[in-house]
Amino acid sequence: MGRRKKPARQAGPVSSRTLADLSTGERCILDRLDLPEDVARRLMELGFLPGNEIVPGRRAPGGGPRVFRVDGSEIALRDDTAARLYVRRDPESDLIVLA
Amino acid sequence: MSSCHGDVPRTGLLPNPSILPPAAHDRPIIVAIVGPPNSGKSTLFNRLTGLRQKVANFPGVTVEHRMGKAKLKEQHEVFLVDLPGVYSLSPRAEDEKVTHDVLKGERPDFPKPDAVILILDSTNLGRNLVLAAPILSLQLPTLVLLNMADDLKQRGGKVDVAALAAELNCPVALISAAKGEGIDRIQQFLIGTAVRLNAPPARIELPVLQDVPKCRQWAAKLGVRASYQAPAPPLWTRRLDAVFLHPVAGPLIFLAVVIGVFQSIFSWAQPLMNGLQQAVLWSGHWLTTVLPDSPWRSLLVDGVWSGVGSVVVFLPQILLLFLFIGILEDSGYLARAALIADRTMAKIGLQGKSFIPLLSAYACAVPAIMATRVIENKRDRTATIMIAPLMTCSARLPVYTLVIAAFVPNIPIIHGVFSLPAATMLGLYVLGFLAAVVIARLLKSTVLKSSRSSFVLEMPPYRWPTFQSLSLRLVDRAKVFLRRAGTVILAVAIVLWVLAHLPLHDGKTPPLEQSFAGMVGKTIEPAIQPLGFNWKIGIGLITSLAAREVIVGTLGTIYGIEGDEQSKGLQQAVHQDLSAAGAVALLVFFAFAMQCFSTLAVVKRETGGWKWPIFQFSYMLALAYSGSWIAFHITNFFLK
Repeated sequence: MGRRKKPARQAGPVSSRTLADLSTGERCILDRLDLPEDVARRLMELGFLPGNEIVPGRRAPGGGPRVFRVDGSEIALRDDTAARLYVRRDPESDLIVLA
Repeated sequence: MSSCHGDVPRTGLLPNPSILPPAAHDRPIIVAIVGPPNSGKSTLFNRLTGLRQKVANFPGVTVEHRMGKAKLKEQHEVFLVDLPGVYSLSPRAEDEKVTHDVLKGERPDFPKPDAVILILDSTNLGRNLVLAAPILSLQLPTLVLLNMADDLKQRGGKVDVAALAAELNCPVALISAAKGEGIDRIQQFLIGTAVRLNAPPARIELPVLQDVPKCRQWAAKLGVRASYQAPAPPLWTRRLDAVFLHPVAGPLIFLAVVIGVFQSIFSWAQPLMNGLQQAVLWSGHWLTTVLPDSPWRSLLVDGVWSGVGSVVVFLPQILLLFLFIGILEDSGYLARAALIADRTMAKIGLQGKSFIPLLSAYACAVPAIMATRVIENKRDRTATIMIAPLMTCSARLPVYTLVIAAFVPNIPIIHGVFSLPAATMLGLYVLGFLAAVVIARLLKSTVLKSSRSSFVLEMPPYRWPTFQSLSLRLVDRAKVFLRRAGTVILAVAIVLWVLAHLPLHDGKTPPLEQSFAGMVGKTIEPAIQPLGFNWKIGIGLITSLAAREVIVGTLGTIYGIEGDEQSKGLQQAVHQDLSAAGAVALLVFFAFAMQCFSTLAVVKRETGGWKWPIFQFSYMLALAYSGSWIAFHITNFFLK
């Protein structure tokens, strides 16, 4: 029942990538939240602020919500919420790859 | 009668008058404990008050505030109020609204606190400090506590407390509520508040509170100025999550935990329960021999002793269930369970957060219904409330145990993995669960239809449940259960005994059949005969409307009155009045029926009217009647 583990999608401009597209451990920087005001606010309070680094972690068994490491804690989100959080690459992770 | 559950909240937010001082004082001094979910508020509250209080390692479990008098060395009276955890002071969910309104002094039924203790998780100070902005803007005397100091140190984190205090312009202390480190500093603050020595903090520059990014930047700047060094990630939590959230091992462990809990409840509690049962029987006989023969002896032995005693016997089993749920909650596993359950819950239209109230409902529906406040979506919340009483609560255990022990032979099945009684019991749990699933689906696709809501849940680090927290929980539960036995069940036992002994025939007590109780039973017999129940069971069904376990006490009283059957024990006695098919029907009836005043009262309060509790009572009764009718006929078909 492994919900498709999306291979890093190359198409499109970088900012069209969302949290839901990332594979486990792929660091990224949050760009914007495309969510209703109250949900966005709650997420921002939990650390999902534009400019913050997010690391996707484990997914619940059977393809449930996924745990994200953000701002020192671990927060679980469903895929449909994660798909509304647009991200860009973490420049630091590029540096690591180059090094 | 709703007060028989210790959990039933008193109306409004006013603290229990008995803990508040007499009106001689102008007004009690109140200090509010505020903090984000899971920062250790409740643990601190327990430390400071010694009062029982639910502590749980799940974000947002303290949905009801608790009051308690602080234990202080000097003669000062300070009352602490433990408010629901919040991330900010902009209220969204109902539990956050309580905190917001109390702190702002906007609750007509609750005085504005005189001071605030802000407790933060020192292992994630960057994010936690954000809450300091709205709290300091309240302009109340404030003490900031950085909790979990032991964890911070162990994982290599650091913070300069003096520098932070200078930045915030208010006292700051590094403490460990679980270990009891730094508590004296808090007591100083409380005494200072009592003698009105503590001044509100001098105004400092605060960010615009509505602007979350600005607030977070402000907190980050504070962290830098206080030389805060975040601790290393919790390695053990990651390692454990690798197992508990593993695609294959995770669900297997989840199932093993659930089955293990239920199996051990029955195998471990049995010897204790047998012991208690013997004690009740033996002491009943002893009373009969020492007391002179009179109606009073009959009332005491047949009414009170066999009625209350037959329920008290179940104490070990109920405590064991609460112990397991306590361990799961306090350790942090329950949040993972919610994560694992979310996908399944989404299929019936609910969400993972509904899982926690529903699991607590296996202990008792009353706290479970209050715990639904963590669900922000109103329709999801109502649906969860509607199905919570279908979960097999501990009050059903006495009934199930009695009927199963009387009718199901103790033989091993599946090569000794299970015993047949344990399997039957598990089957009843599954039955209630399946009914809940179907009802939730029906509700969520009709009257409570809503668009798919978001699921946002913080995963707390795993922690060892503390002995203090678990034992407080069990003592609390034991008190609630025994208080029920001493009030509702006692009252029903006495009333029933009286009704079973009147009207007098020529100055003598009538046979049970011609007593008032018997007449009531006979009146409803035609309605319940299709389910395989006779009039004696009917009396039990009526008394159990107050609370499910009352039927056991009622049958204890009825058979106690019928004379020598008491000596054979309740199990054999039940055998005479129920066929095997009737027994199955009775189990099904109790699995579905809504027989609990306390639950109805709390549903009315939480949904704000009679509409939902009436709907709930009716649908569950209909389900119970049709379900047990079907069960009766199917069993008869197979046994013939």
